[in-house]
Amino acid sequence: MARFLFRRLLQLLFTLIGISILSWIIITQAPGSPIALTMDPKVSPKIIEQMEKNYDLDKPIYQQYFLWLKKLFTGKLYSFKDGRPVLEKIAERIWNTLLLNLVATLIIFSLAIPLGVFSARRPYSFLDNLGTFGAYLGLSIPGFWLAYLVILATVKLFGYPVLGLRSFVIEGLSTPEIVLDRIWHLLLPASIMAIHGIAGLSRYTRSSMLEVVRQDYIRTAKSKGLSEEVVYYKHALRNALLPIITLFGFLIPGLIGGSIIMESVFAWPGIGRLAYQAVLARDYPVVMTILTISAVLTLIGNFIADLLYGVADPRIRYQ
Amino acid sequence: MRHPLLEVRSLTTHFFTEDGIVRAVEDVSFEIYPGEILCLVGESGCGKSVTGLSILKLIPIPPGQIVRGEILFNGRDLLKLSEKEMEGVRGNEISMIFQEPMTSLNPVFTIGDQIMEAIQLHQKLNKRDARKKAIEMLDRVKIPSPEKRIDSYPHQLSGGMRQRAMIAMALSCQPKLLIADEPTTALDVTIQAEVLRLLREIQREMEMSVMLITHDLGVVSEVGDRVAVMYAGRIVEYGPIEDIFHEMRHPYTRGLLESIPQLEVKKTRLNAIPGQVPNPLNLPEGCKFHPRCPLRIEDCRREEPPLFEVKEGHYSRCLRWKECR
Ligand SMILES: Nc1ncnc2c1ncn2[C@@H]1O[C@H](COP(=O)(O)OP(=O)(O)OP(=O)(O)O)[C@@H](O)[C@H]1O
Ligand SMILES: [Mg+2]
Repeated sequence: MARFLFRRLLQLLFTLIGISILSWIIITQAPGSPIALTMDPKVSPKIIEQMEKNYDLDKPIYQQYFLWLKKLFTGKLYSFKDGRPVLEKIAERIWNTLLLNLVATLIIFSLAIPLGVFSARRPYSFLDNLGTFGAYLGLSIPGFWLAYLVILATVKLFGYPVLGLRSFVIEGLSTPEIVLDRIWHLLLPASIMAIHGIAGLSRYTRSSMLEVVRQDYIRTAKSKGLSEEVVYYKHALRNALLPIITLFGFLIPGLIGGSIIMESVFAWPGIGRLAYQAVLARDYPVVMTILTISAVLTLIGNFIADLLYGVADPRIRYQ
Repeated sequence: MRHPLLEVRSLTTHFFTEDGIVRAVEDVSFEIYPGEILCLVGESGCGKSVTGLSILKLIPIPPGQIVRGEILFNGRDLLKLSEKEMEGVRGNEISMIFQEPMTSLNPVFTIGDQIMEAIQLHQKLNKRDARKKAIEMLDRVKIPSPEKRIDSYPHQLSGGMRQRAMIAMALSCQPKLLIADEPTTALDVTIQAEVLRLLREIQREMEMSVMLITHDLGVVSEVGDRVAVMYAGRIVEYGPIEDIFHEMRHPYTRGLLESIPQLEVKKTRLNAIPGQVPNPLNLPEGCKFHPRCPLRIEDCRREEPPLFEVKEGHYSRCLRWKECR
């Protein structure tokens, strides 16, 4: 087991380095330059040269990469845009993003699995077909469009603000009211972020369940006299959930992508919105660092999924 | 006169598929007496498994449906029982074991868990006593060091051990009837014989009845008391084992017997029955066997023959049973 862990971690490290190099190439080769975007065209070439020097933009691209890496680890990496340390900028926002994504993930799993199991118990019934229809709808509706619609509707209907972490005016509110306000502001973007995941995962659970109930061991379980419920929720579900564990790892990149859009729409002060603004400003240090953090999160997610899989499936033993 | 433990009367099970109605079991009747082994034999697809599954009402519905018939177990018609009442019969009074020991056990639970489940359910034992009982059962089916093996997962056991675990599970509540659906087909030949001997031994000890489904007449001759030969969903010959082996009265049974490779007699050619098993969606008119039958006459095409009583307890579904020997 220890050897397996060591090997896996080493693998993750190499993957991570590969990802960061690729990202670096793509980002720096994309059209547009950080200086042209921030500076007035009338500024003298001398100052521009000076700035390029400051930003290491005069150096070859591979050197730029290593300089970025070095600065990242020595804490000397500064944003092009406002000169603040990148890690500081990220640190003050990352918890908001993690909270949003955690809630979205919880919503996805706690709704999608029961929905999938429910559908699989009555395949091709009216309710199952309704579920299929809903899932296609959920997968095909653009998130940002739905988000704007929901924002409009809630503000019109309830006249209550939905943007940001919390309402602006909270003076005079009691503590429970403040907590409720925070939850309200969190739930809306998280739910919309979760829609794609719910749609996909519930269908996946359904087909996994339908596959499992055809297996011989389900017939064996019935032949013992176990009730339909025990057969279904103990013998079948446990097996049907195995492939879903691996999906957990794949969920994270989708959520991070969703974060960028939803945080921008909902004015949520997280790193998704920061990334969006940084990309527009060609703020390479910020973009790169956020990308790297996302990659780390994704890889950790996959790693956890692997470990969970090993715990859940006795046939898998890591060596 | 002895009373039968199980009486199957005119059982008819169909599958309503997109391609049409599969008449898997058609008007099948037989009985099983206490303490005997009844063998159900026939080629692949003739409806043996569906007959076995119908008794426990384990047919997938839809597409399957038991269209007609009665299944009297100790005089009680199982087909009239509710699903809840059937749960009390399954694994308790009637158990079933299946062909594939590889896929018939749940891969994510230990064999101990899977055996204890039935014991706890039907015998209302607590966990500790159920575990003791499960170890006892594993010991009884001759699994070495059962107190260790009980915590093994199915994939950690060999095929033969898995089938023993299946048998332990099926017998853990002392059922009166065991339906064994090709219990040894998937095993190595040497292990087949061992498992078969074990089944026979336990069957005698527990005075249990067994319905043994097989396509291996060698197995039948070793353990069977009576035989029902099936063809295309029907019973074509039915009787005590000596009669079937030595005085068969149906050309299909004869064909089956002649197709056994007999090592001692040094037969060089394997006498397979010519022709093919009919398509279950499109069965021939009249006797279902007539297209392949060496004895067929014009009348065979016209009407399905009834079961003729050849002598007491021996039946044949052949118009020319007198000429067939
Ligand atoms: N779930 C099902 N849906 C449709 N047809 C089925 C189903 N189960 C069985 N059948 C059909 O019923 C017929 C009898 O099948 P059955 O499994 O009883 O054969 P068998 O005699 O046990 O054969 P084998 O020796 O291969 O096990 C076959 O034609 C089969 O295709
Ligand atoms: Mg079969």
